[in-house]
Amino acid sequence: MTSINLTSPQPEALNAAEDVQGRSLWQDALRRLLANRAALVSLIILVVVGLACFIAPSFLPWTYEQIDWDRMEANPPSLETGHYLGTDTLGRDLLARVLFGGQISLTVGILATFVALLIGVSVGAVAGFLGGRVDQALMRFVDFMYTVPLTFFVIILMVLFGRNFILMFLAIGCIEWLTMARIVRGQTLTLKNKEFIEAARAAGGSTFSIIARHIIPNVLGVVIVYVTLTIPQVILIESFLSFLGLGIQEPMTSWGMLISEGAAEMETTPRALLVPAGLMTLTLFCFNFLGDGLRDALDPKDR
Amino acid sequence: MSILDIRNLNVRFATQDGEVSAVNDVSLSLTKGECLGIVGESGSGKSQTFMAAMGLLAANGRPTGEILFDGKNMIGADEDTLNSVRGDRMSMIFQDPMTSLTPHMKIGRQLGEVLIRHRNVSADEARAQSLAMLKRVQIPEAERRLDMYPHELSGGLRQRVMIAMALMCSPELIIADEPTTALDVTVQAQILDILRDVKDRLNTAVILITHDLGVIAGLADRVAVMYAGRIVEVGDVRSIFADPRHPYTRGLLACTPRLDAAGDGLMTTISGQPPNLQKLPTGCSFHPRCSYVVERCKAERPALESIAAGRAKACFVDVRAT
Amino acid sequence: MLSFIARRVLIAIPTLWAIITVCFFLMRLAPGGPFDGDAPVPPEILANLRAAYNLDKPVMVQYVDYMANLARGDFGPSFKYKDFTVNELIAQGFPVSAQNGLSALILAIIIGIPCGILAALRQNSVADYTVMGFSMTGIVVPGFVMAPVLILIFSIGLKDTPFQLPAGTWEGGAFKHRILPVFCLSLLYIAYLARITRASMIEALRQNYVRTARAKGLPFHQVVVRHALKTAMIPVVTFLGPGIAFLLTGSMVIETIFQLPGIGRYFVQGALNRDYTLVMGVTILSASLIITMNIIVDVMYGILDPRVRHD
Repeated sequence: MTSINLTSPQPEALNAAEDVQGRSLWQDALRRLLANRAALVSLIILVVVGLACFIAPSFLPWTYEQIDWDRMEANPPSLETGHYLGTDTLGRDLLARVLFGGQISLTVGILATFVALLIGVSVGAVAGFLGGRVDQALMRFVDFMYTVPLTFFVIILMVLFGRNFILMFLAIGCIEWLTMARIVRGQTLTLKNKEFIEAARAAGGSTFSIIARHIIPNVLGVVIVYVTLTIPQVILIESFLSFLGLGIQEPMTSWGMLISEGAAEMETTPRALLVPAGLMTLTLFCFNFLGDGLRDALDPKDR
Repeated sequence: MSILDIRNLNVRFATQDGEVSAVNDVSLSLTKGECLGIVGESGSGKSQTFMAAMGLLAANGRPTGEILFDGKNMIGADEDTLNSVRGDRMSMIFQDPMTSLTPHMKIGRQLGEVLIRHRNVSADEARAQSLAMLKRVQIPEAERRLDMYPHELSGGLRQRVMIAMALMCSPELIIADEPTTALDVTVQAQILDILRDVKDRLNTAVILITHDLGVIAGLADRVAVMYAGRIVEVGDVRSIFADPRHPYTRGLLACTPRLDAAGDGLMTTISGQPPNLQKLPTGCSFHPRCSYVVERCKAERPALESIAAGRAKACFVDVRAT
Repeated sequence: MLSFIARRVLIAIPTLWAIITVCFFLMRLAPGGPFDGDAPVPPEILANLRAAYNLDKPVMVQYVDYMANLARGDFGPSFKYKDFTVNELIAQGFPVSAQNGLSALILAIIIGIPCGILAALRQNSVADYTVMGFSMTGIVVPGFVMAPVLILIFSIGLKDTPFQLPAGTWEGGAFKHRILPVFCLSLLYIAYLARITRASMIEALRQNYVRTARAKGLPFHQVVVRHALKTAMIPVVTFLGPGIAFLLTGSMVIETIFQLPGIGRYFVQGALNRDYTLVMGVTILSASLIITMNIIVDVMYGILDPRVRHD
């Protein structure tokens, strides 16, 4: 028993003790994360990809929808024309399109995960903390949702209510919260009977304040890991829908659409497929490695 | 003629935090039909010594030295050689009968497959002999139990099944690793009776690994006491109980509640924690917990030295004199 | 056992009903209809169309009609493929999807599970890292990237060589034409099966009863097959249950890329054309398959582990 207490920081340490111990837990996790080379490299790549997608387009000579009227067919990469990766068959700059597509895909990924996070953490924490009938009802609902072919529903929603950006991340967020809710509920159940929660309750804390101030901060570690693993899943769903023509619409674009366009012209211009496909795959790999690294760093018990 | 002869056995485990020595320079021998008790706390290396003999160490464990079973070295033996001995001439009974039987196989099949493997008998013959063996270990309604799954049996019955399984091929040596620890006290006594019966009737050598001296008293001929991977005292069971010469053995005996001894009613315990194998103290590993400690114990490790016929101890202090 | 299945089926009926109902009302309440295409339709024709497809009645009446037809196994007429009923479309598409899906399933099982077992038995070896590397790739790289890239390599890059693999034209039925779609479909499942099998096998090999089996002197392969494998298959079955349902109902991506006339493509086409009855039909089929497979998975648990007996 003693050895377990020494090596694995208990959640109480975060809360019961003041900043000193709280910080050292996170510092400990950070140290472990930095020691994990795959995770560290992934983090750096993700930052670079993110900066490139969100900032670089404004420094490029061409925008993503601008047609180069002088070259209205696929052009090879060239420094002189300013098409560093060439153009697509309509004469639009490939690099600008890929970076802008990345901006949309990443934004959908992050916003939808945020929606999933809000729903999942609230449902999970409430179910776990209140227990009893509320818990049963909420978990039955989650079980039910698991048996529903959810991607079909997202597609139906997208088709019915117009394929727009906001609906896109809301709809995806609304199907990705299930696992998050289960995980948070499990964590909450184990936390619920810990002494510091009892103390907060004895001190007259309301249910809401106990959940907000004691439960949620303590499930943060698990949630961060799961968020890192949900973002790539959302990017996949978004790209999948856009690939099928059921997602983002012209003139907007995303990695999935670019891959779909690239696949159509791959016989003549393979780079139109390979560039967006490569960048998206790289991003997905990095999110997965980072998520695994975070899991190891924040939850040493698992190792 | 010794059936098992362990010479200078060392077992080391490679872990993330470096190498851990679980067994250090252990030598032991056992003659046919003899029962040797091995006593020690958890982490004393008592189980790992005999896991090494069975070739069942975890993948990161490395044994060195010699373990001669009927003259053949089990260390470095290939899997086929080990498999021809295991379950046939040497078998093992494990501590936890609740998890040591395969949950998805019927009892009859689990027993029978030992015979089919080593005696090459038909399925019917294996079943008949399994039934006989279940009766021998006094399992009621044995016929019905053959077609049951382990979870349908109580802990005591499952341990009897484990014993029956170990006996299927009438082995020359049975290693019983804490066979009664997981069981109720009343069931413990029944299991020990069965082991005693086996030993007496079949002339099987038995190694009884336990942390409970009470279990040893009724069954063992000789006792070896282990601490932090080393043997600290060996001797025949009577003299060890009557006249323990190592402070640790004395401590263990004092911990064992005795109804006949007049006492103050307080439980005696050995002070301090069991040793951390990664950070063993210098000198004698027991010195931080020892009430007889002298300066020399902290610097130098006492060797296991003979003190009388068949008796040895590893301690600088003559415990009787203090 | 029978009563367990009966109970599960009884629970499944309201679940399915809820899915159908939500789906139905979503479609009827949404703005726009199946007939507002690109060219505006004259009002009187639109009215005729709506009457022909029963859309002029109150929503509740439509719902009752739909459910009544459904109870007789009738999914109604397709809104876009004018001469076909949804039943006919599904009857055409399902065999294609199921054939492709079953082939992919078999491929995934015969590659994924053995690879996972191998990786578990040789943990931290080169073989293990190789299998896990491929598995990670298979999980991360989506089908709509993998399929075009493989087409680029095998159909375009290796054109006019003996290794060329044609993409598309399923109907011909030649074996060569089916290699790429089946392989692309199975990749994700191979990857997941390898990863899940490895993890559960490592866990199973750690169990005390595996040690007991080794102590009996059984050869290692018997220890693995007889004593460890069954327990190790429990998570695999959990994954395969819904997995089989998805495989059988066809992959939207693979069927679109390879132009297979399966129900996955019908669904995409139906969604793009707002062909409500077709979309509903495929959704109901898929949901029923998922629910059925989940019941089968629960029954399998009892077979794999006698401690979970349903009585």
